[in-house]
Amino acid sequence: MAQRPLSPHLQIWKWGPHMLVSILHRITGDGLALAGLGILLWWLGALASGPEAYANFAGWVWPDLGALEWSGTAILLSLIKVVLKLVMIGLSWSFFTHMCSGLRHFVMDLGAGYELDLNKFWSIASPIIAIILTAGFWALLLLA
Amino acid sequence: MGNGTSIGRVRGLGPAHHGAHHWLLQRFTAVGNLLLVLWFVVSLILLPDLGYGSVSEWLAKPLPATAMVLLIVSTFWHARLGLQVLAEDYVHEAGNKFAVILLLNLAAIGGGAFGVFCIVRLALGGAL
Repeated sequence: MAQRPLSPHLQIWKWGPHMLVSILHRITGDGLALAGLGILLWWLGALASGPEAYANFAGWVWPDLGALEWSGTAILLSLIKVVLKLVMIGLSWSFFTHMCSGLRHFVMDLGAGYELDLNKFWSIASPIIAIILTAGFWALLLLA
Repeated sequence: MGNGTSIGRVRGLGPAHHGAHHWLLQRFTAVGNLLLVLWFVVSLILLPDLGYGSVSEWLAKPLPATAMVLLIVSTFWHARLGLQVLAEDYVHEAGNKFAVILLLNLAAIGGGAFGVFCIVRLALGGAL
């Protein structure tokens, strides 16, 4: 690679909501692509393989936290299950975050919303709306 | 590309008018994802429970199965385009970049094919 001068990277700039929403869009998108689609395929594969495989899948990604064993070699497996449960919650947050910042991109693709105040407002609003949607999703899924 | 005549030196170098292709496909699949994943999210909420019986019975029906096949195609295509941009931004060495994008294409198409096959198997009653 040619030794050209590089443009300033993340640590150089003063942080603003526009940077945050842009970086969140990439992180959540790549997280959904790598982890989200992987778990989606695991889910579909388990469904196509029958009830036992499905129960096994559910035991990994959505374990009953009270029933996990915390002794001997089971500690490692329990730890992975807890992480997977957090990943599932993280994926739902990633989807709503990517969706909100994606909708913001649609508006900007049309050439609208570049006024400084308006742009800043939606940069802040997008991730906040996403958190509200994520909370609403889990409330409807688990409580309703 | 030739190197003799003046037209031969420039042929293939000018705009092919395909520059926006990747960008447009990212938007088309984004709209597909928006509709299909929201359908998926609402469906998960509306299902009585997420046990094997409820989910497999639901997903085996024609409309949910079709929507899920479309969801797989749209999301894997969108992910393939997005991860390509990631590789182009962060994998600087040309050979490595080529290899990463090659593997990405294999993974996206292979993963998508597996997802579609699982839905078809479920819908056509292959699962026990």
